[in-house]
Amino acid sequence: MNKLSRIIRYLIILSAFITFATLLFVVGYILVRGIPYIKPSLFALEYTTENVSLLPAIVGTIIMIVLALLISAPLGIFTGFYLVEYARRDNKLVEIIRITAETLSGIPSIVYGLFGLLFFVTALSWGFSLIAGAFTLAIMILPLIMRSTEEALLSVPDMLREASFGLGAGKLRTIFRVVLPTAMPGILAGIILSIGRIVGETAALIYTAGTVAQIPANLFDSGRTLAIHMYALSREGLYTNQAYATAVVLLVVVIGINALSTSISKRLTKGNLDG
Amino acid sequence: MDKIKIENLDLFYGEFQALKNINMKLKENMITAFIGPSGCGKSTLLKSLNRMNDLIEGCRISGKVLLDNEDIYGSIDVNMLRKRVGMVFQKPNPFPMSIYDNIAYGPRTHGIKSKSKLDDIVERSLRAGAIWDEVKDSLNKNALQLSGGQQQRICIARALAVNPEVLLMDEPTSALDPISTLKIEELIQELKKEYTIVIVTHNMQQATRVSDKTAFFLLGEVIEYTDTEKLFSTPKDKRTEDYITGRFG
Repeated sequence: MNKLSRIIRYLIILSAFITFATLLFVVGYILVRGIPYIKPSLFALEYTTENVSLLPAIVGTIIMIVLALLISAPLGIFTGFYLVEYARRDNKLVEIIRITAETLSGIPSIVYGLFGLLFFVTALSWGFSLIAGAFTLAIMILPLIMRSTEEALLSVPDMLREASFGLGAGKLRTIFRVVLPTAMPGILAGIILSIGRIVGETAALIYTAGTVAQIPANLFDSGRTLAIHMYALSREGLYTNQAYATAVVLLVVVIGINALSTSISKRLTKGNLDG
Repeated sequence: MDKIKIENLDLFYGEFQALKNINMKLKENMITAFIGPSGCGKSTLLKSLNRMNDLIEGCRISGKVLLDNEDIYGSIDVNMLRKRVGMVFQKPNPFPMSIYDNIAYGPRTHGIKSKSKLDDIVERSLRAGAIWDEVKDSLNKNALQLSGGQQQRICIARALAVNPEVLLMDEPTSALDPISTLKIEELIQELKKEYTIVIVTHNMQQATRVSDKTAFFLLGEVIEYTDTEKLFSTPKDKRTEDYITGRFG
């Protein structure tokens, strides 16, 4: 028995080590290959085939995140509120919405891309555009935001709602002053995950937002995100080094976004605790 | 004077009848205790006095509950009713906010915004809840960092902050240690001067210690309702006697 427990202990430590080492190796490899090629010209305002600037792609990424979240976050969060706070527990519609969301989140992103191409790009004739891409991504992350909001609300104990109602507070006040602040970290976690999916998405965007490498003039222009930029560079085979440099920037952007969201969520919960 | 009159009250959870034809008068500035074994309907009756049972799906009610002769199941505003009839729950349930904000939540809900007024209410309520001395230097501390007994007194203070007329207490000490329990019982005695109090308790000693009148419940019915002293010394009904002498329950 003692021997077995020691073996299991080593196995567990080994697994943790392999996981960590893999991550470290991937990141390290990208850094080593990419950092030497990060040059000022890579951040030029204008993309040319000479400088293969990634600045337009950074702008595109940020626009894509903001737009997709603007569309999806309110919808997803309010749907979560409906499911937990407003719908009756034996409501059939709730079950249907849940199954739909689960199914939607299991669909490969290329299918969303195809839908976006046929519907937003072609049928609505928005063309390859940021807005078509953002709507496609919004549909893609909607279930994620909805489900995480739902989970976060369900984890708020009922006795807090009772306390609020017991003091004569109405439903709206109870939801906004008691339930929402308590559930905020969970809701934000869903949004952070969504940002991750937006930043990492390629398939759905190639079909909808296109791959034009300039800073877009308006939302109906085509534009590329960093992930697509990387894909384009490495596919052409001429700029593999710059693709690695882009990967470094993408990593930094992702780490930055995560740090920012964590600090926002900390501040929100802290505000909730202190005042 | 009768603060609350309950007339022919029946209550159903779906098909199950939890309360059967309850008739009862609760006097002003008195402490009434509800005792009885688990599932006898005492908490259910308590919750129907400020309509907290509205939150339970499938709960139906017939009969009347009159607060100052006005039917609370009539056209009354539920939020105003709950302001007048406050509640303290079984488990301490402070909001995950500062002590100050916990107390100020109720008054803010009812439209009080002025900082000086709120400061005043917070201090008065915490004093009334017998917890002011322990927390006056840390009003910005999260209420969840307090001990269970302190949290429960915060909850009592929070309920008092909206200036209720009646205070409903649902086994307020069942989750607390003996010393905290004692503090809360003393506090309840003190509060009697200004409030009408109804307390549900599992603890018969507690009922004898704090209450003026006691109602004994069994299977959704009031078996006996009279002065606490009488009920415990000379119970009229055999079932009451069996219960208070510990033969069941």
